[in-house]
Amino acid sequence: MRRTTGRRLTSAALTTVVAVVGTACSSGSGSSSAKGADSGTYTIWDPYPQFAKGSAWAKLLDGCGTKAGVKVKRTAFDTSDLSNKALLAAQQDNSADVLIVDNPVVSTLAEAGVLTTTEENKLDTSKVDPNLLAAGQSGGKTYGTPVGANTLALYYNKKVLKEAGVDIASVEDWPSLTAALAKVKGAGKKGITFSAIGTEEGSFQFLPWFWGSGAELTELDSAQAESALSLWKDWLTQGYAPNSVINNTQTTSWQEFASGDYAFAENGTWQLANAEKAGFDYGVLPIPASGGGNAASPTGGEFVTIPVQGDTGRYAVSQKLATCLTSTQNLYDTDNTLSYVAPTGEVQDKQVAANAALRPWVDAVKSAKGRTSDDLGTKYPKISEQMWKAVQAALSGAQSPKDALAKAQSAAQ
Amino acid sequence: MNHTTQLSDRRSAHGGNGAATAVPPPAAARAGRRPASQQWAAWGFLAPVTLYLALFYAYPLYRNIDLSLRNYTVRSFVQGDAPFTGPQNYLTVFDDPTFAPALFHTVVFTAVCLVAQYTLGLVLAVFFNQHFRLSATLRALFLVPWLLPLIVSASTWSWMLNSDSGVVNALLGAVGIGPVNWLTSPSWSLTSVIIANIWIGVPFNLVVLYSGLQSIPASLYEAAALDGANAWQRFWRITFPLLRPVSAITLLLGLVYTLKVFDIIWIMTKGGPADSSTTFATWSYQLGFGNLLPAFGPGAAVGNLLVVAALVFGLIYVKVQRKQALS
Repeated sequence: MRRTTGRRLTSAALTTVVAVVGTACSSGSGSSSAKGADSGTYTIWDPYPQFAKGSAWAKLLDGCGTKAGVKVKRTAFDTSDLSNKALLAAQQDNSADVLIVDNPVVSTLAEAGVLTTTEENKLDTSKVDPNLLAAGQSGGKTYGTPVGANTLALYYNKKVLKEAGVDIASVEDWPSLTAALAKVKGAGKKGITFSAIGTEEGSFQFLPWFWGSGAELTELDSAQAESALSLWKDWLTQGYAPNSVINNTQTTSWQEFASGDYAFAENGTWQLANAEKAGFDYGVLPIPASGGGNAASPTGGEFVTIPVQGDTGRYAVSQKLATCLTSTQNLYDTDNTLSYVAPTGEVQDKQVAANAALRPWVDAVKSAKGRTSDDLGTKYPKISEQMWKAVQAALSGAQSPKDALAKAQSAAQ
Repeated sequence: MNHTTQLSDRRSAHGGNGAATAVPPPAAARAGRRPASQQWAAWGFLAPVTLYLALFYAYPLYRNIDLSLRNYTVRSFVQGDAPFTGPQNYLTVFDDPTFAPALFHTVVFTAVCLVAQYTLGLVLAVFFNQHFRLSATLRALFLVPWLLPLIVSASTWSWMLNSDSGVVNALLGAVGIGPVNWLTSPSWSLTSVIIANIWIGVPFNLVVLYSGLQSIPASLYEAAALDGANAWQRFWRITFPLLRPVSAITLLLGLVYTLKVFDIIWIMTKGGPADSSTTFATWSYQLGFGNLLPAFGPGAAVGNLLVVAALVFGLIYVKVQRKQALS
């Protein structure tokens, strides 16, 4: 008993720290205590604070609850906040019944013993694309099922490219992309914008180039990795990319592109709706690998997981809720609202049939790779932190790409 | 047992007057009763604040120390069975290549901010002490940075200082100075966050020093003026010395506020690029929360170093105060 109070206090103190120093944009609706008073109420935590009470997503959750014969209590968190909140809740044995988290967090939570495996919770993952499911697997076990996937590609502004005399079909590898950027700059427009900020977002954006060079996350200081970082560095030096990319989030980078001055922007599936609103003709191109072909880009998107409960009897209903959320029709609806690509082939076909513009994104998702895949699991966060630090050091001119990556490799060990 | 009797004895001796008149002395047990109930009342009055201090100050502090002495992984954080490792986290932190730069940045950031905020605050306070027309309005305007939420002011600063589309570079360009990468160059990022923080800290210094100036009797200035002291002499001989106690507390509070500045730096530069604006406060957060895999132990250790630093300066302040009181 004392222990529980102690833990609760700790978490209160820590939560305060998070709340005070944190992102200041947490949008949890109400208390963060997960468990409802009665057993007929099931809690769901998600990272979609943009969806308010009356939204389709909230209605879907309620609907799934009704189908399972229980009441659903939903709490939405800012995505960067959610992993800490989930850890703290687990520490107090107060986890949500269903937890929807960003995919690279799954292996960390699994490592902490917070999540049940699909063997325990009986979730069916057989229809999910294996490359997407891999992000939720660690040590041979699966810890959830994706609710949708997104990835990165290059958006391009057709008007800017036309004025610069660039044929988009000619862009098929790094040299031709750089040549296109040079032409655009020559025509007085701006080349490319991306996000190289010193957070996970920066690593996420660098990965397609990193993987596209043939580099591996286990060897940050390889010659291929150096070539990828040098590519970015040269773009900055030549003025093809603005210096502000060092502090750009993916949102600020998108705002730069939306100004209409940039030829290219590296951004995600979730910007599709905004692209329609941008007011200029755009196209989408998979990110090229250094020697041609498509680079593997990292998968984004969330997993539906079922956290460990003291009362294991709750799993049966939680499983019903999770299955309902990831049923074919619901995946289709959810992924359309989120502007995501569905994780199953069946729903992907349906999405493309309804909107042919999704084709390049479905292809990109098919060749995408989970950040924690290759059994990196909880090693990934450490590697990623060193990688974004190296990118920042090189782009800001603090170190050469070679030195920055060498330092990163020795620190990630 | 012994202790209790002793206590009640002393109480009865202490509360002598009341007990002696109300209760006959032979009944020793009854004699002790009323003072004991007074004792309870005293504890009762003390309890809320004690409880509050224990819950919200002592316990988190204890937990933070505990956190810094154990090897927490995500797993042991959840299970609550982190092994005790003694000073290992501190050694890790001292050994970290980030330690020296972070220490240097913290010292520079704190010192420069403190001196600049105090100087500007004092200059403005003396200026507004002249009571000219509109001085109240202008003074109110100076408070704006203090009233704005930090996220608003920090975001505004980072827009203004943006390398490509910021208004600062646009202005510099208009007078023929090339663009400066305020936030994205390792040699400028610390300067940028210092400038923003000074802007935010000046109003606090202004308000406190201004109220200090109000308490200096005008007759002193009149006497000095009659003796032929000029404005400069009046400032250095009267204002500055008489403002010393207020200055000391302003500087101490400013120091504590500046040491723990986190939001501005995090929003503007995230401590980067390449750790060039990392202070202990941002580093502690970075370790504990800035990564998908939190390192709570080292994060808490860095936080404790900050607490110790603030404590040291607090003690220096107390000592100086005592010396002044004696002299």
